Amino acid sequence: MIVINIIGLVLIAIIVWWFWLYKPQETVVENNEIMIEVKDGIYSPALIQVAADRPILLTFFRNDQNPCSETLLFPSLEISEQLKLNEITQVNIKALIPGEYEFHCQMKMYHGVLKVI
Amino acid sequence: MVPMTNTKSDIHLIIEGAGCASCVGKIEGALKATLGVVSAEMNFADRTVIVSGTAKTEELIKAVESVGYNAKPIDDSSETDVLDEKEAADWAYYKKLMRDTFIALSLGIPLMIYSIVIGEMTVETNAERMSWFMVGVLTFGVMYFSGKHFYVGAWKSFKNHSANMDTLIALGTGTAWIYSMVVVFVPDAIPMMARHVYFEATAMIIGLINLGLALELKARGKTSEAIKRLIGLQAKTATVIRDKKEVQIGIEQVLLKDVVKVKPGEKMPVDGVVIEGHTSIDESMLTGEPMPVEKTEGDEVVAGTLNKSGVIFFKATRVGKDTALAQIINMVKRAQNSKPPIGRLADVISGYFVPVVMIISVLSALAWLNFGPAPAIAFAIVSATTVLIIACPCALGLATPMSVMVGVGKAAEAGVLIRNGEALQTASKITAMIFDKTGTITEGAPKVTDIVLAHSKDDKKVLQLAASLESGSEHPLAQAIVESALERDIELLKIDSFKAITGFGVEANCENRVLLFGNEKLMKIKGVDVTGHIEQAQTLAKEAKTPMYFAIDGHLAALIAVADPIKPDSISAIKRLQANNIRVIMLTGDNKETATAVATKVGITEFLAEVLPEDKANKVEELQRSGEIVGMTGDGINDAPALALADVGFAIGTGTDVAIESADITLMRGSLHGLADAIAVSKATLRNIKQNLFGAFIYNVAGVPLAAGVMYPFFGILLSPVIAGAAMALSSLTVVSNANRLRLFKAQEH
Repeated sequence: MIVINIIGLVLIAIIVWWFWLYKPQETVVENNEIMIEVKDGIYSPALIQVAADRPILLTFFRNDQNPCSETLLFPSLEISEQLKLNEITQVNIKALIPGEYEFHCQMKMYHGVLKVI
Repeated sequence: MVPMTNTKSDIHLIIEGAGCASCVGKIEGALKATLGVVSAEMNFADRTVIVSGTAKTEELIKAVESVGYNAKPIDDSSETDVLDEKEAADWAYYKKLMRDTFIALSLGIPLMIYSIVIGEMTVETNAERMSWFMVGVLTFGVMYFSGKHFYVGAWKSFKNHSANMDTLIALGTGTAWIYSMVVVFVPDAIPMMARHVYFEATAMIIGLINLGLALELKARGKTSEAIKRLIGLQAKTATVIRDKKEVQIGIEQVLLKDVVKVKPGEKMPVDGVVIEGHTSIDESMLTGEPMPVEKTEGDEVVAGTLNKSGVIFFKATRVGKDTALAQIINMVKRAQNSKPPIGRLADVISGYFVPVVMIISVLSALAWLNFGPAPAIAFAIVSATTVLIIACPCALGLATPMSVMVGVGKAAEAGVLIRNGEALQTASKITAMIFDKTGTITEGAPKVTDIVLAHSKDDKKVLQLAASLESGSEHPLAQAIVESALERDIELLKIDSFKAITGFGVEANCENRVLLFGNEKLMKIKGVDVTGHIEQAQTLAKEAKTPMYFAIDGHLAALIAVADPIKPDSISAIKRLQANNIRVIMLTGDNKETATAVATKVGITEFLAEVLPEDKANKVEELQRSGEIVGMTGDGINDAPALALADVGFAIGTGTDVAIESADITLMRGSLHGLADAIAVSKATLRNIKQNLFGAFIYNVAGVPLAAGVMYPFFGILLSPVIAGAAMALSSLTVVSNANRLRLFKAQEH
């Protein structure tokens, strides 16, 4: 029983580490232009690093039938876009000051971060 | 749409049919050969091309077509096409979900019936092992064909260090299946009492959740009906005059300054100014104003409105995404996707929800294993699976956006444009409403209200002479008299020796008669006897009218009263607000008598007259300090400071001139009922959001512990994973359906 309990607690520790504590590597975008695929419940890449003070062009390609993936929101930038299925949607963002800008679907199940440095 | 940030006059095109890298050279070559193109660069990865220069979009499309590909401008794709494509895509997805449901339930239901009718699904003999193995393989087939999207989604999210609904479903059904297969393959590893298989749970959950998603998709379609209706207002084609010929083109190809022809029964394709013709136009779809509006040369027309009677030609002044309708659609879409502050807590919870449920699931399994009765392992598996399946982040996540979507759309249908979720929430809490008088409660344009004849017997002649005299003056009251004459088709006469006597009135000669128009003092100075009409003048003044005396050749001809009339429905709209316990306050720069008269007539007891613009802002602040949530309604630039300071600023549009960005809420028609509608729809939406959030919270807060088995020690109740799957599918469907109830909201007007 002790072993099972330890396994259970380790499992909980892994969940906490994997989903909350681990900081995955951002995809660094050289020319502030990147294509993001929306497929199978995620944005890929979801963590994007861009340079500050330069306009950013994000090209979303939605290849996911789930209606949740249709709406793309950048709440702090007051941007909302409808992503058309099997088509690209370009989002032009003006030059931003350094910081982290979240983007997600209406329900926050699809989630990404634009890290501006 | 986000505005393009390109500084050059770049045109973005999407190329269809470009399947190989060699296409790039061909397409770029064709574009560069087009007159006016400076550069053309194609990005093969996303099949887009950016063209710089002065060439027109349609010329570029032709160039691409000439080498065998199709091109579409990215920013100008017609909303109607997008809508059709979306509906087709949704329908295809709905059919796929229903097919998945059918496959999964075809196995799940017989297994469920077996478990209920025949008995326990246990593995004791080798024959049972063999047959359950076959069922296990069939269940795997269901997982593959009907539930693949859950597992792929869950795995991809997991790799991405995120978790979503797919994660929960994949873990729940996966655990049930793996445990069952362990029972089949190595039964000895499991205590005898716990040798159950849960294949029916896996198949049923996949079936029920797919069914829930399909029904939710249907219900979601209804939530965007308002925006569909607005998009549907757009005409698809336009008749324009090019090279002196009428040509029919798609509306996205209409250019600025194009001359557009619109026949009766057709919609205005873009915004413009009438240059020829006369007609009446139905603007009700945009403004909610039922009466058609007369339009003639020089008048503005707005895209989406309906030509009722004559043929008109107008010059396009705003096209594409700049038309008022496109801006309204854009604003409504943006507002529909914005969240009121009330939804933020749910947002924060959604971010942590899935991993927390996973932890609860592990803890629940551990609790059963440590403290549960035999067979503990079976109870642990059932409770862990049920916790994963019953938890529904979707209900929580959908609670706010679905209601906002319907509420904002509903408001737009009533001619009320709500800027964002925050304005929606604050509007629902307004306790005090400040009105500007002129142009808000009143029409804002003075009109002749009374002509009381004295010496003269012919009111038409009196008006003709008075208007002729006043045509020399620029005073707003004088303008009202001139307009009144013109409205009655009275021709103005030539006057001479016009003299304005500042502060008193005007005088001039006309048809050899001396005309005098002004106040009582002027009449006294000029020796005109008005004694018999002073009382009548005072009565008119008390009715918020400005009485003036008109004398011909030294004799009083008539008493003419001018007033800014109260809008016909201001009284009932103000009553509606007061009935909702909203404190109504009127502020005006006008004199006390007029203010008193107007306030009394519309039933406002609290008002301030002779107010300067900055005093309006001060009043807003004063009310806020006393704890009121203040709404401010105005139409003029001088109201801007007060509008900005108020908790919710309402701008009254005149229907066509939509100052979309200027206020929190824009009323597209002049009627104050729009205000009461805005507040009513905000209240209804907030109530709906609260119901949804409450339902979603309670569902999860009660469902998860129930699934973990907290009731078992007291009542012996442990939820089945199948029931959990059904409950989960129902929970998000309930949220969407409840939001859909808002569609039935009707403004209690008139």
